[in-house]
Amino acid sequence: MNFIRRRTAAFIALGALVLGACGGTESSTQPTNNGDLRGTSITVYSGRSEALVQELYDLFTQETGITVNARYGDSGELAATILTEGSASPADAFFSQDAGALGAIENLFAPLPSDILSAVDAKYSGDSGKWVGVSGRVRVIVYNPDLVDVAPQTVDELLDPQWKGKIAFAPTNASWQSFVTAMRVLRGDEATQTWLEGFAANDPKPYDKNSALRDAVDAGDVALGLTNHYYLLEKIAAEGATNVKAKNQYMAAGDPGGLLNVAGVGIISSSKNSAGAQAFVKFLQSESAAEYFRTKTWEYVLTTGAIQAEGQPTLDELNVPALDLSDLKTLEATQELLQKAGLLTK
Amino acid sequence: MVRTRGSIATLGLAFVTAIITIVPLWYLAIQSFSAGLSPVIDELFQSRTLTLITRSLVLTVAVTIASVIIGTFAAWVITMTNVWGRVGLTIAFSLPLAIPSYLAAFAWVSWLPNIAGFTGAFIVLSLVSYPYVMLPVMAAMSRLDPVHEDVARAMGRTPFAILWEIVLPQLRRPIASGGLLVALYALSDFGAVAAMRHEVFTWVIFGAYRAGFNPTRAATLSLILIAAALALTYFESHLRGRHDVSRAGVSARMRRAQLSPLAMSATVVSIFAVLLPAIGVPVVSVVSWMQRETSRAVEWTSVWQASGQSFLNGIVTALVTLLLSFPVAWSAVRIKTRIARIPEFTTYLTHSLPGIVVAISVVYVGIRAARPFYQEFPMLIFGQVIIFVPVMVTSLRAALEKTPPALEDVSRSLGVTNAATLLRVTLPIALPGLLAGTALTMLAAVKELPVTLLLRPTGMDTLSTRIWDYSTVSDYAAMGPYAVAILLLAAVPTALLGTLSVVKEHAR
Repeated sequence: MNFIRRRTAAFIALGALVLGACGGTESSTQPTNNGDLRGTSITVYSGRSEALVQELYDLFTQETGITVNARYGDSGELAATILTEGSASPADAFFSQDAGALGAIENLFAPLPSDILSAVDAKYSGDSGKWVGVSGRVRVIVYNPDLVDVAPQTVDELLDPQWKGKIAFAPTNASWQSFVTAMRVLRGDEATQTWLEGFAANDPKPYDKNSALRDAVDAGDVALGLTNHYYLLEKIAAEGATNVKAKNQYMAAGDPGGLLNVAGVGIISSSKNSAGAQAFVKFLQSESAAEYFRTKTWEYVLTTGAIQAEGQPTLDELNVPALDLSDLKTLEATQELLQKAGLLTK
Repeated sequence: MVRTRGSIATLGLAFVTAIITIVPLWYLAIQSFSAGLSPVIDELFQSRTLTLITRSLVLTVAVTIASVIIGTFAAWVITMTNVWGRVGLTIAFSLPLAIPSYLAAFAWVSWLPNIAGFTGAFIVLSLVSYPYVMLPVMAAMSRLDPVHEDVARAMGRTPFAILWEIVLPQLRRPIASGGLLVALYALSDFGAVAAMRHEVFTWVIFGAYRAGFNPTRAATLSLILIAAALALTYFESHLRGRHDVSRAGVSARMRRAQLSPLAMSATVVSIFAVLLPAIGVPVVSVVSWMQRETSRAVEWTSVWQASGQSFLNGIVTALVTLLLSFPVAWSAVRIKTRIARIPEFTTYLTHSLPGIVVAISVVYVGIRAARPFYQEFPMLIFGQVIIFVPVMVTSLRAALEKTPPALEDVSRSLGVTNAATLLRVTLPIALPGLLAGTALTMLAAVKELPVTLLLRPTGMDTLSTRIWDYSTVSDYAAMGPYAVAILLLAAVPTALLGTLSVVKEHAR
């Protein structure tokens, strides 16, 4: 029938339109020979946002001649994507914002060469030896010196009634939830639940973002807040040290409140350019990358012996709590505890 | 009765569309039952699952009722009263559809932190989704037979009484189908409820991906949303009724209700009571973000490129959705058998799934069955089309219902072929509705995020991915221009919607 043939023709025309519109970036290309990786490309699933790391990837391409096809997304969703893709995944490397997402797909990572593993203290990497930490955010208490004489240095001090209604936190923030997960790993669920109930009883003020929390502390709307160390450094860099009142209090050695959340990287075992992916990981451990993390993201550089941002305590001085960071993947159980304590939802 | 070979072929194409839209269902079934039946039962029959689905349904019902009220009111004001500035009002009332729910929610919660919770989620979801009711209701109102109203008016009924007693009963179909879209959208939303910290069922699904890194669990839980969609769709088909509203004559020009000064003031106040929160709050927030200090200079070329990409994605998605939806809507309206309703019914099911679930299912199927297209443009469009077919079907159905089958019969009895009848009789009458559906789909596609994020070709940036990117680092100043661009871009299809309502008027 004429009418059907026209319809079919329309569908074919449409198909052609769609195919014609596709750009087509090839994913990983194989290195021509072992030594020369220039001109090859790698596909990086990046849970770290474009605004944070695009310049870093450009720097890598400049130095190595290897093109990065970066696919940005939420770390957890990208981990789920890699799990769903299975052995056909176009990804060569996964650069995650959090250790939990790396721990969750360890089985799909290839073992890392020893020179990569040994460049970082083992406590900042997965115990499996399949992913390494690259940079870190330390949990701190940001406080307003006008309102606080001596800031608490342990999470247990926060339960003191003197802080009732004076503590800010960001309930939906991943780093805050990682801290609670760390406490569960270190102290067990029961002790964590007790702490959360005490914390909730102290009437903490929820903020939707860490940046809003920091600004509220700086403005004196709230006395102190649980956040990451770099939010204050970011504000100082933007507005100048003289214009920022708030200060960071680092936590006592080993206190769960001083957790170091790491961003880390692993190489997918099905990668067709694992040499390129290894070059990428090595670059992330290099001094160029360290310089970038120090000055652009104000994070801790995890490569052994690296210099840290000016005026920061060293990693050794911080003495962050020891735990297998892959254990942070049990985030869901944390969220249930937070809900029970009435700290997550309204 | 299936009348012609053309009908059978169309029905066949409708089933093709239905099969495409249930790709996610296929994936969910495989993934959920990969480890047998007992883990599925354990997962589904937990008290927490029950509590959360109840909370979701409460929110869904509340949002649907509010959207039906606001949407019907807006349609009535624009179509049936003498309120001034109708094109402008149509555009203004349609615009909230272009505002991503996460953006609207964030605007509200940063302005009024205490609104977080059920209240905030309810307000935001109602305000971004009432246009799904308004647009089909407007289309139906413009073809109501004014004779009934004239009689009522002659008997001294007030405009509001006429609306309640005469007009509304004739609008069951568009209200039911628009309400169904709103309900499915409210059920699947995560952006607004996350920003409002109102815990509903989608929380556990997102939690399963983002915190549990467990796609199997997410798939199992999604089955519940499919079940809810089945129930809602079934309910809607009963609510819709069998009454056919098409009429052969387009003789009498519709007369607008002349509102008394008191009624007019009440109406104008109500218009502002909807538009100020629906458009005012998000726009004021977005503009204020642009004035914040930022370390980044605005890169206008990338704003421009992202706008172009969003426009292209939106228009291609809308056109493909149109082609795939037409046979579905046509079969549902023209072929009076039960089997012809199956494709329509089926396409609604996946609309209850959060975008991330659709995206992951397309990842699963795409990488296995269509490897060369994986992470390429066609697969991105494929993923979006799955989501938007029901939106288009609703508009098309409203448009086709307006074309009396008798006209087509006359055309055919005069020896005109089926194809020519379609082109010369059906399409011209259905054209405004067809364009409106395309504009509506484009609006929804431009703000879509989860599918775009996971399925886009590597390196492709759209306005919604840019907004998402800057929001993850809380850089609102950098986000501002993209948010403004998404509103401006949305103004194009909404202006089309507005103009169409006027064109229809003059065509009479």
